[in-house]
Amino acid sequence: MENIDGTPLPALLKRNAHRYGEQRVALREKEFGIWQSVTWQEYYEHVKNFALGLRALGLGKEDKLAIIGDNRPEWLYAELAAQSLGAIPLGIYQDSILTEVAYIINHSEARIVVAEDQEQVDKILEMADELTGLEKIIYTDKKGMRRYDDSRLIYFPEVQELGREYERDRQGEFDQNLAALKDSDVALISYTSGTTGFPKGSLLTHRNMLRMALNLHAVDPKREDDEFVSFLPLPWIGEQMMAVSSALAIGFTVNFPEEPETATADLYEIGPHVMFSPPRVWEGLSRSVMVKHLDASWIKRFVYRLAMPVGYRIADFKFAQQKPPLNWRLLYGLMYLLVFRSLKDRLGFSRLRSASTGGAALGPDVFRFFHALGVNLKQIYGQTEISGISCIHRDGDINFDSVGEPIPETEIRIDNADPSGVGEIVSRSPALFQGYHKDPEATRATLIDGWLHSGDAGYINEAGHLICIDRISDLMSLVGGTQFSPMYIENKLKFCPYIVESVVLGHQKPYITAMICIDFKHTGKWAEDRRISYTTYTDLAAKPEVYDLIEREVVRVNRSLPEGARIKKFLLLYKELDPDDEELTRTKKVRRKFINEKYAKEIAGLYGDREALDIESVIRYQDGKTATLRTTLQVCTVPPPEEYAAADRVSLWKRVFGR
Amino acid sequence: MIQLEVQDLHLSFGGLAALNGVSLSVDPGEIFAIIGPNGAGKTCILNCICRFYHPDQGRILFEDKDITQLSPHRVAHLGIARTFQNIELFQGMTVLDNIKLGAHVHLRSGFLSGALYWGKASREEMRLRREVEERVIDLLEIQAIRKKIVGTLPYGLQKRVELARALAMRPKILLLDEPMAGMNLEETEDMARFILDINEEQGITVVLIEHDMGVVMDISDRIFVLDFGTKIAEGSPEEIQHNEHVINAYLGGSDEAFSKLGI
Repeated sequence: MENIDGTPLPALLKRNAHRYGEQRVALREKEFGIWQSVTWQEYYEHVKNFALGLRALGLGKEDKLAIIGDNRPEWLYAELAAQSLGAIPLGIYQDSILTEVAYIINHSEARIVVAEDQEQVDKILEMADELTGLEKIIYTDKKGMRRYDDSRLIYFPEVQELGREYERDRQGEFDQNLAALKDSDVALISYTSGTTGFPKGSLLTHRNMLRMALNLHAVDPKREDDEFVSFLPLPWIGEQMMAVSSALAIGFTVNFPEEPETATADLYEIGPHVMFSPPRVWEGLSRSVMVKHLDASWIKRFVYRLAMPVGYRIADFKFAQQKPPLNWRLLYGLMYLLVFRSLKDRLGFSRLRSASTGGAALGPDVFRFFHALGVNLKQIYGQTEISGISCIHRDGDINFDSVGEPIPETEIRIDNADPSGVGEIVSRSPALFQGYHKDPEATRATLIDGWLHSGDAGYINEAGHLICIDRISDLMSLVGGTQFSPMYIENKLKFCPYIVESVVLGHQKPYITAMICIDFKHTGKWAEDRRISYTTYTDLAAKPEVYDLIEREVVRVNRSLPEGARIKKFLLLYKELDPDDEELTRTKKVRRKFINEKYAKEIAGLYGDREALDIESVIRYQDGKTATLRTTLQVCTVPPPEEYAAADRVSLWKRVFGR
Repeated sequence: MIQLEVQDLHLSFGGLAALNGVSLSVDPGEIFAIIGPNGAGKTCILNCICRFYHPDQGRILFEDKDITQLSPHRVAHLGIARTFQNIELFQGMTVLDNIKLGAHVHLRSGFLSGALYWGKASREEMRLRREVEERVIDLLEIQAIRKKIVGTLPYGLQKRVELARALAMRPKILLLDEPMAGMNLEETEDMARFILDINEEQGITVVLIEHDMGVVMDISDRIFVLDFGTKIAEGSPEEIQHNEHVINAYLGGSDEAFSKLGI
């Protein structure tokens, strides 16, 4: 590969347009049921016209452009257009509520915002009084916009038309702009909604983003003819890393699903080679496989149950870095033909070469599950502040507790290590960010002498792998002094197909408890199969049968935990945790501090001796409306696993035939 | 100009008079709501227009053409489409197939070329698919379910598919029989938005029967109130909300009636 070091991202787009022109597809979007292609040349033209249009609207160097919407080509056009003018783009999570949108637009001082559709435009117009610095709102989808007459509104293609007119008198200005860009210019402000407080904007330069993409490429190579499906929020650094910097540097094709709801079907149609998703996506996929196989005919169920233990065995050989004996390999080959090949195909994974998970920890069970299927899933570790990643597993050296080794040019150090070697993970690389936008104090606390202080607790093992335990602030200890990681237990719970989210508690308490959110779809299906009628989520989560179902799962999890760190009591929450209620971040991480305050009553109930609590709770919708919910909540005390042992011992017959 | 006109319509089932000389006229491009208590005869009017029922007396004119004697498929061909109070879809077929059936009246290729999927038939099919995608599926946001079997879908979505099928007929006027019945708040809001989009973006006249007064008052241009087969009022939402007859006769004149009318 030629040396592209020091090239700003829009210049890479120009290079690709020169190199591939109309020959290769850069972007593909499913529209009206058909995959519509955009070549590199067209991609470049779109960006150029939009950039000059923004120029005509008055956007200049260092001005900010906010982008909010689902994954569409226009998102990338807008981002690269802003960058090519020396302006700075920033993404806002498309499911943000009004106040979050307003906060980020004001904090970043964005002058122009690109909003996908009526829904996003409504959010901005509703907060218009507070958005004094905002001059233009560019929308990309006309649907439902006919009645809007706000003078700030303008349609995306109209801006591109302005750009074409602008260019007529100023030939070559776009190229001059590109040439004037430096790789040390800020290319993106990446706002992360932290688990505490307001979102912070990390300033990332062109060099940051490119170095990270190239260093990752060096250890996890991608090819020009690879396909990638972009269905995760583009403001997320992981998606930026794949759909923008890696795609531009390597030249693979980025595909956009038709609608967020069609993403799984579209994934299947494209059959990507490369995939990088946070744990919740992998968890969701494994849950749906586990639930759907129950619906299959008895013969399919039979082979599935026959195959999975073989798959797990092979996965374990792989983790132990042993070559499986011949008989196991033959058996696995047979199972592959019978089950895994078609299962991978159904998931859209038949061509998948590079699969990785990052952004949070993925439970070992889900990890083993995908390796059993033959998906070479790798763990990635990193932060937005280091442009996404610092560590990844290498092929043939994969282990489910670790997050792998640092990528090239990246150094990892453990600070303030205790005698066992556990301390804060500190890292440094050319991808290290420039600081937080307008927040020198937070910058000083995070960036010390050129090292990024992550706030994560971890250690480096004999093999040189980094092991990330949890957030330092999240590590908990019981009154008796037993230390435990809530995330570890939560991930074990989440492997159960009926549990979508859980919050494990017990810091400075006598025992460990859990608040559990059931998976509405799968638990609902389970209930229907057993003729248990229910109306809403709240109703289903209060059913005694569902409590029994989850109790069995909790006992199963307890069995794999040391005796002192088992879950003693749990309750099923009456609603799913939701970013709109500030219980999760926009990347779906649990905000413990907030939850501890909001669910104080429920938590008190878990540590009291009552078995039922009366609860009143306020639920908030994205458009700002609220509703009150009243219910009675059961607290379930988990029996010790020994009492369960006899009833739970499953015969081979039952395991295979399911009855 | 009047697009649809009903003149002095009478309909009875044995000794029961369902419609007693109803006359109404619908202008092109408006949203015209018909309200009234259960059994007032609202659906009977729609059934007469679609030629499911044959009126005992009276005339129905569509764009100045008398359609009283036409057969149902001729009426459909003229550009009158409808949805049903109880969903009338082909439960075992996919969403896309159901929708495409709606456009069947406009297809010209014959049985043989259709069976062979050759020449004109395949071109026509491609054109139809394109139109259905661009004008119907995109508008009603049902991309995610286009290949699903209708019977497996929840009720709210089935209602949307029914609307989609009616829309695929390229109607000039759309008769909607309780499109929001049995829907939750969010589904109702979505449906109201779709009706407005259809009306404003594609210029299709909408005749709407609906019990959700909030929606009726919100989106209708004109409201027609029916009781025991007779018209008791007609006018804009404001006029109907304050009409003594409507409040007394139709809603009983209680405080509750006021709240039902959204006052």
